[in-house]
Amino acid sequence: MKEDQNQFQEDPRFRIANREALMGVGLAIVNFIWWFGFAYGLGQKPPEEYTYIFGFPTWFFYSCIVGFILFSLLVFVMVKLFFVEVPFEDQEEESE
Amino acid sequence: MNWDVIIPLIGFLVLVFLIGIYASKHISKAPDFLQEYFLGSRQLNGFILALTMVATFGSASSFVGGPGVAYNLGLGWVLLAMSQLVTGYFTLAVLGKKFAIIARKINAVTLIDFLKERYQSKWVVLLSAASIIIFLFSAMAAQWIGGGRLIESFTGLSYTTALFIFAISVLVYVVIGGFRAVAITDSLQGIVMFIGTLLLLIGTIIAGGGLTNIMTELTLENPNLVSPYGADRSLTPLFVSSFWILVGVGVVGLPQVSVRAMSYRDSKAMHKAMIIGTVVVGFIMLGMHLIGVFARVVIPGVEVGDKVMPLVALEVLPGWLAGIVLAAPMAAVMSTVDSFLLLVSSAVIKDVYVNYVKPSASQRQVKTISLSVTALLGVLVFLMAVNPPDLLIWLNLFAFGGLEAAFIWPVVLGLYWKKGNAYGAFTSMFVGVGSYMLIHLNEPNLFGMHTVVVPIVLSFIGYIVASLATQHKHPTTQQQITQRFWGV
Repeated sequence: MKEDQNQFQEDPRFRIANREALMGVGLAIVNFIWWFGFAYGLGQKPPEEYTYIFGFPTWFFYSCIVGFILFSLLVFVMVKLFFVEVPFEDQEEESE
Repeated sequence: MNWDVIIPLIGFLVLVFLIGIYASKHISKAPDFLQEYFLGSRQLNGFILALTMVATFGSASSFVGGPGVAYNLGLGWVLLAMSQLVTGYFTLAVLGKKFAIIARKINAVTLIDFLKERYQSKWVVLLSAASIIIFLFSAMAAQWIGGGRLIESFTGLSYTTALFIFAISVLVYVVIGGFRAVAITDSLQGIVMFIGTLLLLIGTIIAGGGLTNIMTELTLENPNLVSPYGADRSLTPLFVSSFWILVGVGVVGLPQVSVRAMSYRDSKAMHKAMIIGTVVVGFIMLGMHLIGVFARVVIPGVEVGDKVMPLVALEVLPGWLAGIVLAAPMAAVMSTVDSFLLLVSSAVIKDVYVNYVKPSASQRQVKTISLSVTALLGVLVFLMAVNPPDLLIWLNLFAFGGLEAAFIWPVVLGLYWKKGNAYGAFTSMFVGVGSYMLIHLNEPNLFGMHTVVVPIVLSFIGYIVASLATQHKHPTTQQQITQRFWGV
């Protein structure tokens, strides 16, 4: 398999791996914006003016609780719909 | 002595021993001792993988230190803790398939194996081994102190006796069972942590008279307790956000996390682990830190933050149930310590001894030495922890940041950037760890962010600049590496 660098061919599995890594980065960025936006968007007014949902301050409810549930769901969707199963071992033949 | 509490704990310890014995059978049968002892022969399924990540990651600081700080600062600290939600999926998505494929291509067992093959440089290997040994050793000491304090607080034994019980429990199953024992006990511990968090959260909410009542009382005491800024308004958005680097995305650079990305069986296991891991990490972090905040209403006036969690468990739950719940922080500490222990001994044995001291060592010799070094390290940590320094959580975070500063770029860019080379990796580690130490000692929270942020930026620049500046050196080595890592 080890031939000249002229015939260098990138492992096709890496295209999948790269794409999935980028999706992970993208989701993390959206996650951060959601978390930050609700926490400091709604939480910056004086605590006396807070509204509450299910007993939690609204900022906390959306940022931490809804955020947790939403991003767990998004991870589920991302993995189930967009992640591709590839063999890890080298021996198997890969088809692109 | 509170036997109601102690009996479930003893039961838990017995179970852990049994797992150690079970795993030791695999070791005697395994074709390759090092692969089995340090990696469980790459056989982890998704469930075990998710829980071992969570359990390793959820340490004394999530169960003991963290709730204590939340008790003092309020919901702002819970917000900060929730930055860890991202670790559940981010680390596996980024290291994920690529790391697993490459680790198999080059037959790597440890993170340093990967770095050794990727950079072909003795200095990178030695510097990495030194960072792992120094930082993980101190993190381990912090965790052992946490373990000892926990047993002390709910059995009434002296600290030294408590620490001794803790040390023996961990050492036995790690030494005899290796990575497989660690991973399986981690899963058990992960389940205990999850159930413990759930029970205690419910118990605390009931004892506090419901959520609305708890929030009202917190607001009456100090309205800032329910704000994102912390009781004393010390939590600035920038500071809290910088924890996304320390406990969120930066975790990619931690050896205890990356070694797990080599250990899964197939891509299905990895996919499952991402989902389970995210849910479990999120739930435990949210739950545990909320318990800390709510405890302020249930048991006001606790002076030592580290005692909040044990005290609230004893207060709101019946004794036997408190015993089960208190096994959770024990589990968290044990499951963190066990993988550190294995990592430090793998750095000593595999990365230094087998690589440079005696490459000709036979399987048998390696086996004997592995078991004795692991045991010896345990004894050393025990001695360090007998006379402990105070601030548990900060010692632990210090190690975290140091390791991240050292490894994040050599690992991530090593995987994704073909031009990265040994000069880049070395510069990055040197700059990362050096600047981390300097900033930590002189000007913590530089520009209002956690200490780790600036070193990570500097080490990134170091990696890129040094790699680009040395592109013309060793072009053949670089070509061979590219072929080996990226080629079909």
